[in-house]
Amino acid sequence: MADRVVETELTRGVRLTSVKAERFKTGCLSVTLLVPHTKKTASLNAVLPYVLRRGTARLTDMEALAAAMDDMYGARIEPAIRKKGEVSAVGFCADFPDGSFLPGRHDILSDVAYLTGELLLTPATRGGRLRGDFVASERQNLLDDIAAEINDKRSYAGLRLCENMFRGESYGVSKLGTAAGASAVTAQTLTAHYREVISTAPIEVFYCGAEEPERVAGVLREALAALPRTGSFTVPSTSVRTAFRGGEKIYRETVDVTQGRLIMGFRLQRTMEDPNYAAMAVMNALLGGSPTSRLFLNVRERLALCYYASSALDRHKGALFVSAGIDFDKFDEVHGEVLRELEAIAGAAFEPWELEAAKRAVVSSLLASLDDPMGLEELYLDRAILGYRSRPEELAAMCELVTAEDVAKIAADARLTHTYFLTAEGEEC
Amino acid sequence: MLKKREYARVGETAYTGSTESGLRLTVVPKPEFKRSMAFLAVNYGSVDRDFRLGGRLYSTPSGTAHFLEHRLFEVEGEDNALTTLSKRGADANAFTSADMTAYHFQCTDSFFENLELLLKFVSTPYFTAEGVERERTIIAQEIKMLEDDPEDVMYYALMRCLYERSPLRESAAGTVESIGDITAETLFDVHRAFYIPENMYLTVVGPQDPKRVLETAERLTDGAYRELPRREYGPAEGPLPAEVSASSQMDVGAPMFLAGAKGRAGLSGRESVKFELTATLALSSLLGSATPLYRELYDAGHINETFGYDLENAGGYSTLSFGGETQKPEYVCMRVLETAADLAARGIDPAFFARRKRTAWGSALRALGSFENMCCNIAAGGFSGYDYLDTVDVIDSVTEEDVRAFLAEYLTLDRCAISVVTPANK
Repeated sequence: MADRVVETELTRGVRLTSVKAERFKTGCLSVTLLVPHTKKTASLNAVLPYVLRRGTARLTDMEALAAAMDDMYGARIEPAIRKKGEVSAVGFCADFPDGSFLPGRHDILSDVAYLTGELLLTPATRGGRLRGDFVASERQNLLDDIAAEINDKRSYAGLRLCENMFRGESYGVSKLGTAAGASAVTAQTLTAHYREVISTAPIEVFYCGAEEPERVAGVLREALAALPRTGSFTVPSTSVRTAFRGGEKIYRETVDVTQGRLIMGFRLQRTMEDPNYAAMAVMNALLGGSPTSRLFLNVRERLALCYYASSALDRHKGALFVSAGIDFDKFDEVHGEVLRELEAIAGAAFEPWELEAAKRAVVSSLLASLDDPMGLEELYLDRAILGYRSRPEELAAMCELVTAEDVAKIAADARLTHTYFLTAEGEEC
Repeated sequence: MLKKREYARVGETAYTGSTESGLRLTVVPKPEFKRSMAFLAVNYGSVDRDFRLGGRLYSTPSGTAHFLEHRLFEVEGEDNALTTLSKRGADANAFTSADMTAYHFQCTDSFFENLELLLKFVSTPYFTAEGVERERTIIAQEIKMLEDDPEDVMYYALMRCLYERSPLRESAAGTVESIGDITAETLFDVHRAFYIPENMYLTVVGPQDPKRVLETAERLTDGAYRELPRREYGPAEGPLPAEVSASSQMDVGAPMFLAGAKGRAGLSGRESVKFELTATLALSSLLGSATPLYRELYDAGHINETFGYDLENAGGYSTLSFGGETQKPEYVCMRVLETAADLAARGIDPAFFARRKRTAWGSALRALGSFENMCCNIAAGGFSGYDYLDTVDVIDSVTEEDVRAFLAEYLTLDRCAISVVTPANK
């Protein structure tokens, strides 16, 4: 039997999606502000929930907050920063043991909801501003996080590609913003930003757990009662460019690595005029999003050129990324092979079983997410931002209807605009 | 025969039994889920490099267990098993740790067909020289990827400080050099030795009929008696580290460290669970995010949210560790050890300790929410000799005195080693 999903407007611009499911041992609650992701505000957005998580007017430091969460049997309420196209999804994600397993105390949802509301609405302040010492320390942590982006070479290559590929577009800015932007954060600017977003941003609230949706709505209404609300609460949009001219730009950067990291960035162009999300997901699975994909079976298994070669899709921006970890001298070979695979798909030169396997991969992953509260949370957040109405089950049913032509058309529209290669000093390619 | 047991405290029911061939299995029915998971674990990991079987001593290269895991998906005359499982929409994968190799899938459809294939391909070796050669280049790329991962580099550098001889010193994937010595024959040897039903454990979590799982496993496992290999880990190591510090330079944003110590060696069964929970409670009471020490170091800017701790039981040893990004690795490490001595001497506030236990109970419950965690823990318990679903009660038995004794014994300067990664000079 399908879970009961109830969507409610809690107050102006605040929408609750409540999934009633009794099979999970832990409940999940998230409160997410949807604000535009721009170069100017990215660092403010990224630092905000961390500053709020340092203390509230009542629980003035991390130790007091931790003690309160210990009392909720180790409930976790963690800052969450996600970049969804050109939207910063900023807020808190909580998970907590389901009340029915806890000795004596059952109403853990209320505790978690009130504390989340408290973190969001009554931060620790001094002289009417967010505390300067908290802001200074979280600004430094953010700067450290930005500096640490290089630690993971695969994702670093992705960030550098985006920076070059989307120069002049907000999408090119990392979800943490830039070091310059982070350095400029002060208690004054952050307080002003906080006041603005808390009153104007549309807010998505998600709950999955054993409680009745009506009760969840009541608890959250109370927990968020002090939320100031002004404005029209439209979900920020992502600019999508649908036509490109000119050739591919290739960037190389040398760092101290033993393996080269290749990443190729494609724009989906006309596909994004009327995006068919189901077909996009199936195309990605067929190209490099599953173990039956062209990239996995050919670039890894047949040619043994790498350990990973995969593709990923940003449905918000209409971009496709192919990444692989390769020997420094295999750049041309892998780059050429990726283009050949994409061309084959564009020409519908793939077997029916490949399309079927790609559909199975997407459908199974959607259906499996129904059994995973945090997976569901992500799906419903994407849905709110992309503005489509289908639920995960319906999206899965739409994937079944995707044809070879649908998939070929998306591949044919994909245009390689930028390639980035992280290599080592002295390695020519 | 399957034995049913209810675990009221955690709201679980499990059916446990074994096939005629000796394969042990547990089914945790979850009728209300669409998704199922099957997890076939082999009590064989990267530390099991040397072993005796049939009077012969086998010494295998570092990375052999992991290499075998990669190659085993190959099926003679048919698609690779990963391809077949994926074609049916199953999300399949495998991993090799220090003391376990596991093959698993999750699916919402065709469960028993997938289970049959899992049992078949894991017990049917098919290795060709050409396939082994191709895999060598793929795994070499995996190793190079790991060599660029500062946390992986830092972890194994710490293990090489702590251990003098144990294979825990080496990456589970081996090195580009060591895997050069692996042949199809090596793989046949270790498969014959370790991949026998008595040395494996099957766990299924999902809306499946336990009896049908047992019947399937019965049909697909070979009942012929085979001798179990005897693992050779060499002479036991003493409690002190072989080296006190290690440092590497890499392209990282900020310095990071991992400090650690050897815990108690040679534990098994519920004793090892109690030790692990004692260690976890001790570390969370000492340096978890709710402690005064965490707040002191965080407020002073010496640590950030990467700061954490771990306890790992593998290869006959337990290893405790803590660390994160910091500009002052030695200072943070010293503050941890000073505070440990202080807590061990003064004791832990009873209300605080009660909260730590409550949180430990919450984490235990959370771990049960993940099918993969549950399967892996049930199998690990099966190999070590305890019933995982029954271990939440062990939390109750850990006392404040146990935690103090742990801090006094293991969190000391002479026991600890530190591994640091610093940014390379450009």
